[in-house]
Amino acid sequence: MNWLYLRRRGVNIINLTGSVLATLFGLFWLFWILWTTISYGISAFDLSMFQQNTPAPGSAGGLANAIMGSLIMVGLATAIGTPIGILAGTYLAEYGGRTWVAGSIRFINDILLSAPSIIIGLFVYELVVLRMGHFSALAGAIALAIIMLPVIIRTTEEMLKLVPNTLREAALALGAPRWKMISLVAYRAALSGILTGVLLAVARIAGETAPLLFTALNNQFWSTDLLQPMANLPVVIFQFAMSPYNEWHALAWAGSLLITLSVLGLSIIARTLLRKVRMEQ
Amino acid sequence: MTNLSPDLGVKSKIQVRDLNFFYGKYLALKNINLDIATNMVTAFIGPSGCGKSTLLRTFNRMYELYPGQRATGEILLDGENVLSPRTDLFRLRARVGMVFQKPTPFPMSIYENIAFGVRLYERLSRSEMDDRVEWALQQAALWNEVKDILKQSGMSLSGGQQQRLCIARAIAVKPEVVLLDEPASALDPISTLKVEELIYELKKNYTIAIVTHNMQQAARVSDFTAFMYLGEMVEFGDTNTIFTNPSRKQTEDYITGRYG
Repeated sequence: MNWLYLRRRGVNIINLTGSVLATLFGLFWLFWILWTTISYGISAFDLSMFQQNTPAPGSAGGLANAIMGSLIMVGLATAIGTPIGILAGTYLAEYGGRTWVAGSIRFINDILLSAPSIIIGLFVYELVVLRMGHFSALAGAIALAIIMLPVIIRTTEEMLKLVPNTLREAALALGAPRWKMISLVAYRAALSGILTGVLLAVARIAGETAPLLFTALNNQFWSTDLLQPMANLPVVIFQFAMSPYNEWHALAWAGSLLITLSVLGLSIIARTLLRKVRMEQ
Repeated sequence: MTNLSPDLGVKSKIQVRDLNFFYGKYLALKNINLDIATNMVTAFIGPSGCGKSTLLRTFNRMYELYPGQRATGEILLDGENVLSPRTDLFRLRARVGMVFQKPTPFPMSIYENIAFGVRLYERLSRSEMDDRVEWALQQAALWNEVKDILKQSGMSLSGGQQQRLCIARAIAVKPEVVLLDEPASALDPISTLKVEELIYELKKNYTIAIVTHNMQQAARVSDFTAFMYLGEMVEFGDTNTIFTNPSRKQTEDYITGRYG
């Protein structure tokens, strides 16, 4: 047992203790938040939440219109963002390579990835809401789609890069044109990874509030008109939580719980898919 | 320089004339001349980095995927210059198939793996395609092992089976030439033996060029052997002569294991 050995052990113990404590510190808040969400949210989390619309102040009700609105807008955003994101990611991985065009796209995409969502909300407000003259679900979906884009672009590129080059060469050596190689071979090899990226992007926009405040706003009533303001969970939670009414508070908690559970569900599916990717490689 | 493209006494499928190859500014193949005989096996041997694979990849212009790589000179396939810009790349690759070192099954079923290449060139009915898939798998001596699991993923096969699947996939488009880039170096001895037997069978119908690190393999499967070193064709001739009575000292040193 010389001194060097003891010192090394000492440093190891200090580092190990430090990192375990840091992990516990992080997890502590996470579980506190989860616990609060569940314990408060569970009281109004029942069937009527899915059946009734958001109530007038001081009366009981549900979140049906907000749930529907969120589903419509997230669905539409996914429908807009997924094809564009996958195609852009494909360009970066398969065609752009190390050219300066691809390099700049990558750089801008990384900025977009970390852009505050409220800025995207304001952008769409200028671009769509002001021109239409009023808030609309369509504007909300566009804002959400823009938030999804960088996530999907990034994961699509990363996942395509994981596809071994030998596979591409094998397809091209058979005389396949590049687009067929990509669409029939590379996409198939990267499928579960790309899907994971889409799911993570959906999870990311599921709880976005700021961009919707400026775009879809809210609606007291059941509405599926894309050109009109539409109720949605995040904004309803925001308004109800700020209100002085107990019924609204309870519904806000229930809505939070619902979003948390859906994001949890999406993450679990995404992780399962990702594990499949790893096993295939 | 000695004449390295001797009259083989047989018909040539591919004639390489004054071929130079560049990776950017680096000259990787220096003035290569040789003939590849029809329905024979031509082996390329030499230490790593000598340009064997590079040479093979000029025959179907695989190098073009990568910017900065270019070839000058002529490669005549049945008299037509492959390197000419007018060459239809898709047709060229249909005529000159390739199998790589690492098995590369596509992430789809065994059946689809074979059908993939065929669909690029031909519109076949369901039953014609079934026949073609069976024919290709039989040619590759894989049919008996996979006939009941055609719907299974090609990735689920063993390494040796995957490599034979890749050979079947290359054959299914009915090429005239098959390029094998170290097809057995990632395989165990039994699978290697199967692939070698397969090569022997295939040369009845196809012209074969094979790159190998394994000298015994070259001696076993090939009719002609080319020994390359540092981008140059050192010696080329019929396999027997190269292995028993090489005319160059370098060749002898290499095949007797003195370097490489």
